[in-house]
Amino acid sequence: MTDLSSNENYTNSAIPVGGHDPHPDKPSGEFLTNVVSNEWVNGEYKLLVLEAASRALNAYAGQFFHLLCPSPDGAEVWMRRPMSIYRIDRAAGQLEFLYKCEGRGTQGMAMLRSGDTFNIAGPLGIGFTLDPAWKNIVVLGRGVGLATLAPLSQLAAENGVGVTAVLSARKSELVMSEDLFQELGATTVSVVDEDGSSDVGNVEEILEGLVADGKADAFFTCGSSRLLRLMQTLGKKHDIPGQVAMEQIMVCGIGACYVCMRTFEVNGEKVLRRVCREGPVFNMQEAVGW
Amino acid sequence: MVDLSVKIGDLTFQNPIQPASGAFSWEYNEVIDLNRLGALVAKTICREPRLGNPTPRMAETEAGIIQSIGLPGKGIEYFLENIVPEYAKFEPPLVVSVSSESIEDFAAMARELSVPDVDVIECNISCPTRNTTGGNFALQEEHTKEVMSAIRAATDKPVWAKLSPNAGDIVSIALAAEEAGADALVIANTFLSLKIRTDNFRPALGNKFGGMVSPALKPIVLRMVYQVAKEVKIPVIGVGGVTKAEDVVEYMLAGAHSVGIGYAGFRNPTALTTIIDDLETWCDERGIEKITDLIGAVKDDDMEMDTLTAASHGV
Repeated sequence: MTDLSSNENYTNSAIPVGGHDPHPDKPSGEFLTNVVSNEWVNGEYKLLVLEAASRALNAYAGQFFHLLCPSPDGAEVWMRRPMSIYRIDRAAGQLEFLYKCEGRGTQGMAMLRSGDTFNIAGPLGIGFTLDPAWKNIVVLGRGVGLATLAPLSQLAAENGVGVTAVLSARKSELVMSEDLFQELGATTVSVVDEDGSSDVGNVEEILEGLVADGKADAFFTCGSSRLLRLMQTLGKKHDIPGQVAMEQIMVCGIGACYVCMRTFEVNGEKVLRRVCREGPVFNMQEAVGW
Repeated sequence: MVDLSVKIGDLTFQNPIQPASGAFSWEYNEVIDLNRLGALVAKTICREPRLGNPTPRMAETEAGIIQSIGLPGKGIEYFLENIVPEYAKFEPPLVVSVSSESIEDFAAMARELSVPDVDVIECNISCPTRNTTGGNFALQEEHTKEVMSAIRAATDKPVWAKLSPNAGDIVSIALAAEEAGADALVIANTFLSLKIRTDNFRPALGNKFGGMVSPALKPIVLRMVYQVAKEVKIPVIGVGGVTKAEDVVEYMLAGAHSVGIGYAGFRNPTALTTIIDDLETWCDERGIEKITDLIGAVKDDDMEMDTLTAASHGV
């Protein structure tokens, strides 16, 4: 099979599946994974399943990998694309990424076929954390943000934490991960634009109901500035802590280049933080919408 | 096995591979073994804390990326107290890059950075998105000479001048830096660039202009290194578009003592250490015993050239 991500002009020491790992103790690495499958899940999203060296599987929910995407058009794709992990299957030695085919990087990814190799760097960044005091959490995501939140339900299930997932999308066929959330024991509520149920007012009512039922010890969100602001407001009102996963155009992914900055507000003061290093998961109340 | 070590001034580097300033930080130790590098090169430090430029700070183009970061940092005090100790945990010499808008402050910063854990002061006199009154001294010989003379007088540490590819005649700038007492020249900083989006008619970068980073720069910077190395007596460090061991060889043949690598480490975090391995293999396969044998070893003495159309310097 064609190795779409190889290019002899670019030197690297990516670790193949089963290959020698010179740095078993380092938290991140460059890995040459094997594509297991890369199928459409609906009209806009594909699911990429990769077999990866064991150190790559140390990843946890909310962290990301920096993906060396093949070119969709023969021209160079210069930088890697950061992507949060959708699912970690340590037993099978597999990592999964759920992605929307939108820009050149993801269009190139969409061309990967079973048997290809794919270079990924990671795991990188700070992911979601669960406070042992939390018994029930609420996750609220929209669009591709749901892919980032999905492994949180895996983490919650492992820690005996109850999850209510409010899944928002333009139309019902684009509500993703509902099966995965349910499989992991989460209660799901889908809201969509086509029947108006995704309106902020309605989502607010749903969240207020969960707070009243004692199902919201913490809030988690990703994918919508509007929903972030809603959770920030309700979090402040009810004193509920929260975390938000954010994205930004990225270059190194390691903390060196300072390209992926976002603005945060800490004690009334504006500060810039690196999404790759201080994030991509941040304290929800300090985040500034986009 | 080949001896990869190179000397720049009185300092010995275990190999000619170093990161380019701005493209590196100690956090890379989470992926590679930093002790294998020829040198550690910190991000450019300014006196006061700076937030840097508005986002987006990077845009892809047909032939590479353009970026405008704006020298963000927490200032020199924080740097000395917190960042230098991070680098001091590793063995390779530490090159500290510094920038200022005024000559007096540049010299004062060089003095303050002359602490035991700092081995070299790289004078970033060429940040591409600054103008001649904003710290880009390397566009004119006179400015270069003034700032480098002041820095030279302020410190006993080796001082390297990082030059601009945007200067009209980089050889004259290089000679000015040498005359002012620079111990080595870093050639070059990034190329001033612009991208305009055709969907909304706006510049793609938050700071409008950016510096171009790309393997496409290699032949251009290689030409500059070649021209400068022919004219100066101090070592040259080539920076621009290195992505593989053969590129290092090319720069050394052109006259460089070592190379700085930026883009390749962005693209592949394991690139720098892999290039060291590959360079060793490349030399061993050819029976090259000392990497320094490659410096300036380009075979071009016997070339018949049209003297009327050849470039004015170094041919």
